[in-house]
Amino acid sequence: MGTDIRRTPLHDVHERLGAKFTDFAGWQMPLRYTGDVAEHTAVRTGAGLFDLTHMGEILLSGPQAGQALDYALVGHASAIGVGRARYTMICADDGGILDDLIVYRTGEQDYMVVANASNAALVAGELVDRAEDFDTEVRDASTDYALIAVQGPNAVSLLAPLTPTDLSTVKYYASYPTTVAGRPALLARTGYTGEDGFELFVAPDDAEAVWTAVADSGEILPCGLSCRDTLRLEAGMPLYGNELTTELTPYAAGLGRVVKLDKPSDFVGRAALAKAAGETPARKLVGLVTESRRAPRHGYPVVDPADGARIGEVTSGAPSPTLGHPVAMAYVDADRAVPGSALAVDIRGTITPVDVVELPFYRRSS
Amino acid sequence: MSTVPDHLRYTAEHEWVSVSDGITRVGITEYAAEQLGDIVYVQLPESGAAVTAGEPCGELESTKSVSDLYAPVSGEVVDVNPAVVDDPAVVNNDPFGEGWLFTVRVDGDPDGLLDADEYTALIQEDGE
Repeated sequence: MGTDIRRTPLHDVHERLGAKFTDFAGWQMPLRYTGDVAEHTAVRTGAGLFDLTHMGEILLSGPQAGQALDYALVGHASAIGVGRARYTMICADDGGILDDLIVYRTGEQDYMVVANASNAALVAGELVDRAEDFDTEVRDASTDYALIAVQGPNAVSLLAPLTPTDLSTVKYYASYPTTVAGRPALLARTGYTGEDGFELFVAPDDAEAVWTAVADSGEILPCGLSCRDTLRLEAGMPLYGNELTTELTPYAAGLGRVVKLDKPSDFVGRAALAKAAGETPARKLVGLVTESRRAPRHGYPVVDPADGARIGEVTSGAPSPTLGHPVAMAYVDADRAVPGSALAVDIRGTITPVDVVELPFYRRSS
Repeated sequence: MSTVPDHLRYTAEHEWVSVSDGITRVGITEYAAEQLGDIVYVQLPESGAAVTAGEPCGELESTKSVSDLYAPVSGEVVDVNPAVVDDPAVVNNDPFGEGWLFTVRVDGDPDGLLDADEYTALIQEDGE
């Protein structure tokens, strides 16, 4: 890990907006501007604007780009339609999750893989290695892109005046090359907040113009990484390093659906994953809610309320700004994972009652 | 840059104290409140409890994290502020005023506290 902290092309903008910064995966990123709850609520009820430039973008292009990704990832990339996107994962030989990804097919022979900031270099390196025997070029293009997300129920109405693309025709998990505020952008209807919204991949030199145009287009709050965490938690979305780790297969994480064992080609991790597909995981990922004002947090033990025996572990937890009580995700022993079960969490020494609920905690009304 | 009022004294754990007639009022600094983010839960020591300087005596929970609240002085808790228990956002909105946390009866002048200049230097080192 280098000691150089990277700054996004929007750093000066964030400073002018009074952002509090945090160091994340080697980047200095905005943590919050106004306040976590206000930013969270803006995304749920109006719109929020995020700088996600720390995410990694890896481009594959060439006649066998799709086949290379079919081999490298657990999903069936070559079956993705041009212009569409898929949530998928890259696994190790033993089936452990190396990262969760979104793959955009941007052309017949062109793909963009978006990796988490903390794993971007690892994923780029793995893709280079795994694509070696295929006729494709792999390029870590992370420095070619700034990534700006516009999330919330008002995202369409705010962005519409800024782009010639008819946003009502842009499907969920699809991307379009277009312009935003007159600058070239790959506009994708994707996000990580549980709301409708768009992600805009733009050149670093265009980032400030696009950000400013969106910020000035109506009521929208700049939002930091802090509220992003509570938004994705409410939406039951897994976070790498919390719900997803190298110790877990996609099946163990409850996301076996992303593994396409029926795709025609071999892929890294296939044997281990085929075995895992037939096994019942010892623990399941569940939602927990509590009436306590103290939140179960990452790493806290889930215990049997009767005898205090440890039956699981919290992976993420926070007070839910939308619901008004704490929520958490946890891996618990499979026989205790039934919604409605009464369990407990050891919150810094206090055994606190929690109830198992279905994920997600929050689902937007469509 | 966070406000650091001259008339208060501070700890390295980001509490402030004001001493008047042997009663010390305690709160957390604006810098601490900003670092925590929106505070959603405050647990304070009870009236009559003995607290020891440098020891945890409560906690502050924000959407993002939990922090221990340390007693800046030793003594007996005289009063706690019910307003911040009912509405923890008061701590964010007015940390040096309405967002005070509790008062302690101390013997003599507490030692080991920082003045405003020393505390300002500390939070600048923290990388504000």
